[in-house]
Amino acid sequence: MGVDKIWVLVERADGKVPPAALELLTRARDLATTVEAVAWGPDVAAVAAELGAYGAAAVLDAGDPGDALVGAPVAGAIAAAVALGNGPDAVLIAATYDGRDIAGRLSARLDRPVITNVVGLEADGDGLLSEHGIFGGTQVATARFTGAGPALFVVRPKSFSAEPGGGSEGAPQVRPLPSGDLGSTNTAAIVAHHAEERTGPKLDEADVVVSGGRGLGSADAYAMIDELAKLLGGAPGASRAIVDAGWVPYAYQVGQTGKTVKPTVYLACGISGATQHMVGMKNAKNIIAVNKDQDAPIFTVADLGIVGDVHKVLPKLIEALKARS
Amino acid sequence: MNVAVCVKQIPDPAAPPALDPVTKNLVRTGKLILDDSDSYGVEMALQLAEAAGGGEVTVISMAPGGETSGLRTALAMGAAKAILVSDDALAGSDALATAKVLAAAVRRSGADLVLAATESTDGYTGTTPVQVAELLGLPSVTFAKKVTVDGSSVRVERQTEAGYDEVTCPLPALVTVTAGVVEPRYPSFKGIMAAKSKPLEQLTVADLGIDAGEVGAAGARQVVVDVAAAEARASGEIVVDEGDAHERIVQMLDQLKVI
Ligand SMILES: Cc1cc2nc3c(=O)[nH]c(=O)nc-3n(C[C@H](O)[C@H](O)[C@H](O)COP(=O)(O)OP(=O)(O)OC[C@H]3O[C@@H](n4cnc5c(N)ncnc54)[C@H](O)[C@@H]3O)c2cc1C
Ligand SMILES: Nc1ncnc2c1ncn2[C@@H]1O[C@H](COP(=O)(O)O)[C@@H](O)[C@H]1O
Repeated sequence: MGVDKIWVLVERADGKVPPAALELLTRARDLATTVEAVAWGPDVAAVAAELGAYGAAAVLDAGDPGDALVGAPVAGAIAAAVALGNGPDAVLIAATYDGRDIAGRLSARLDRPVITNVVGLEADGDGLLSEHGIFGGTQVATARFTGAGPALFVVRPKSFSAEPGGGSEGAPQVRPLPSGDLGSTNTAAIVAHHAEERTGPKLDEADVVVSGGRGLGSADAYAMIDELAKLLGGAPGASRAIVDAGWVPYAYQVGQTGKTVKPTVYLACGISGATQHMVGMKNAKNIIAVNKDQDAPIFTVADLGIVGDVHKVLPKLIEALKARS
Repeated sequence: MNVAVCVKQIPDPAAPPALDPVTKNLVRTGKLILDDSDSYGVEMALQLAEAAGGGEVTVISMAPGGETSGLRTALAMGAAKAILVSDDALAGSDALATAKVLAAAVRRSGADLVLAATESTDGYTGTTPVQVAELLGLPSVTFAKKVTVDGSSVRVERQTEAGYDEVTCPLPALVTVTAGVVEPRYPSFKGIMAAKSKPLEQLTVADLGIDAGEVGAAGARQVVVDVAAAEARASGEIVVDEGDAHERIVQMLDQLKVI
């Protein structure tokens, strides 16, 4: 057994608990005597039973930030508990936009370093060892946190698998985690939300992901990727090159700064395989790549590599799949 | 409006990276360049200062060995002045120690708006800027894909999982920008010449009033105990398309029962 108490941050989307939080709870169960979940936003009690089923002994409600960005208020609430001596030995945070904001603020407030890009956690005596993908995930560094706790870990989604267990009977108790003094740090406000229309499965949950890159040559050619994804019941994805170029929205991006995906099949079309892209997809169970350059790095991870032109291979693939359905 | 931009100077990403065998820190010797990720912040700052009808852009960097080449690039793009913090005591600094140094330098610059990139190319912790904001007691808006300044507040389109949020925030504030927020300009010949005589202040940790024990390897609270190659995937079958490679893909999808 590693540490006494771990807090897992639960960032909900549309009120629902995302897989990333359940992965962290699952891992935390094996590393600490007590695991507690920290959640915020409206109606935290609604998800208490689900969090309990994954091992949370209590759910701490950091309050509803309303229209504020969550970094300052959530970090403030956790820091206030630590200052009162009620803090945990470690805090696990999923590497999302808001997760990184909370981690950065918490680190500075507590004067503790934050350990980022974590892909593994192990017990080490009465402490924790963390594993990090470095150099784009080609090497794994193992590090030990040496200071006074809490240790702060920002973990890449899909580093662990989520399984229910360790729960108690019924929903765990929900306790308030009062916010600390936020000074002038909490003045950024969301005035409008914009959601991009997407049909089909979510990119990071899809069983098949078809991604396109700069090798498609033009934004119009991305229609092939959309069509293939639809035919395979999967989700379309993209490299950063074509997101930056404005061909597809950012929500499509796979990689270091985008989504981490772990589908049964990942089909990479016209993508070179930069380390920052691969870190988001190299754990797919099967990888198929189409690239006209036989030396493209993507072929080093592909189970099936097609050296060919996307404009020749993909239309035929689409026809063949249509013919079957 | 005065804008400060944190810019990291990094080893050329095209060159293979290396770790010091003893300290297991990234080796950062030799010539450094302006991190591409930060060229977006520099461009954004120049455009915002211009749109506000004046004000200076200051670029701030912490780097070893008195390195200034990346700062010169930013000056050549049009920044007015630069602050470099370089000190042997900073070797082995983690993100929080870096943030303490940058925060002290930002304070000196007297900026109304601080820009940084969402993450650097070589370190990619992505936490340094928000740590700077917290140390300065500033609000922050991360992952900006569009930034405008309207008098005393900044308006940001912030990327989200679902799309983007429109966020407003009073100045002073810190904003991190994504690649693609603006198209960075190339320094002109005139810009490169002008950069040579622009003010570049070089400071030590002591100049910033920071205790050397708090930063660098002395202040780090994490030790790397092992570095090993990640499990490599066995490379698979390679098929050169002769007009029928799609059939091999269909076959594989079939075997995997996804069709
Ligand atoms: C801090 C940081 C974070 C980053 N985060 C990410 C991230 O999250 N995700 C990400 O993807 N990238 C990320 N990147 C960018 C990454 O380094 C690469 O620049 C990017 O992945 C390249 O995209 P690409 O493969 O589409 O383009 P390119 O590298 O330009 O590759 C295009 C490929 O298409 C092939 N091609 C061209 N024409 C054809 C054709 N007709 N048929 C078949 N193949 C063809 C070429 O051979 C080439 O291999 C990041 C970079 C940095 C610095
Ligand atoms: N040593 C540094 N000097 C200046 N800016 C830095 C430094 N380190 C980080 N930054 C800023 O913080 C951003 C994120 O860096 P990182 O936390 O390393 O991902 C960078 O793109 C810079 O804008």
